[in-house]
Amino acid sequence: MIVQQLLLSFIASALFGMIFNIPKKLLINSGFVGMVGWMVYFFFAEHHLNNVLATFIAAFFVALLSNLFARLYKTPATIFSVSGIIPLVPGGTAFEAMRHVVLNDYNAAISLAAKAFMISGAIAMGLIFSEVVNQLIKRRRS
Amino acid sequence: MPAYSDRTNEIVEVCLLAGKIMLESGGETYRVEDTMMRIAASFGIPRSHSYVTPTGIIFSIDKKNSTQFIRISERSTDLQKVALVNSISRRISNGELTLEEAYEQLKEVEAQKFAYPLWLQVIAAAIASGCFAVMLGGGWSNFLPSLLSGGTGFYCFEMIHRMIKIRFFAEFFASFVAGGMALLMMMAGLGEDLGKMMIGSVMPLVPGLAITNAVRDLMAGHLIAGLSRGAEAFLTAFAIGSGIALILSIR
Repeated sequence: MIVQQLLLSFIASALFGMIFNIPKKLLINSGFVGMVGWMVYFFFAEHHLNNVLATFIAAFFVALLSNLFARLYKTPATIFSVSGIIPLVPGGTAFEAMRHVVLNDYNAAISLAAKAFMISGAIAMGLIFSEVVNQLIKRRRS
Repeated sequence: MPAYSDRTNEIVEVCLLAGKIMLESGGETYRVEDTMMRIAASFGIPRSHSYVTPTGIIFSIDKKNSTQFIRISERSTDLQKVALVNSISRRISNGELTLEEAYEQLKEVEAQKFAYPLWLQVIAAAIASGCFAVMLGGGWSNFLPSLLSGGTGFYCFEMIHRMIKIRFFAEFFASFVAGGMALLMMMAGLGEDLGKMMIGSVMPLVPGLAITNAVRDLMAGHLIAGLSRGAEAFLTAFAIGSGIALILSIR
């Protein structure tokens, strides 16, 4: 089960790198970043942590690893983080919200949409927090 | 390094070319500003000013010259070009490139095609869709149908986007096609979980770059660029959602 998740998230993230046209030699790295992000999320979600919090932690690790790779390979960090955050996007929640809209069940739809919105916000917060860590490291060095 | 102080026009041209390539290929606006100012500084112009939004670049050099403006109308996602321009600007800062060499190399990067041909991207999108359907807990029976509908959806997006330059419509239609394909496969007896199949097949349309860029630009203090990129991401999500909702409502 875990191996299957590891493998699938690695392949999916690396292939997403191709959709974003990232350099060929960095595809493996972007796959790795996506895999770590998804495994962090998967681990916490399996242990019944709140989805929003799990997404936040996963996004934090994705961005942290991207900044690390960016420094190592001297290229923009975006290259690694774009495909890494794709698996964290709340596709399932947004889908459920849409399904309830179509069923005219607006109460359920709005609460699901709010949840999807919170998860998107958690991705943003994860990116911001790791950027803060990045800046602190940079300041320490100089 | 030789003095370039009497060749400001050419320096401005190199800066603007670098900025234009980066912005058109999906670089963050703060990175575009930073790159242009770094290039100018390494050619001996310490004080330059730039104002970059996702649709245009304004660049000026203190008091000496007239301000230059270029309009960006076509934007695509080609992160390889962003990386290449980034490394060229690094080499300029290290003093490894002369003005002429820098201009030539940037021209070469500008003329480059995408790193991956369309057919390869469609295959990548298809397999990624299949992987997502299984990853989200749909079971392996959903892999093949999600692969087919995801690939078709992505191909539709690229084709429609080339014909009609309205991104919103291309995304809406692509997610409609992907969802419709998933529904048809379900009816034909392929795959079990319609929800997981639909989510997997619209994944290649998700605005990953817009989300990342919006956050990074907002953090760098580029409020206008960040908000407009955020609006772009929201609009895309809305288009995908409407396409899927339409399929669900006619089911």
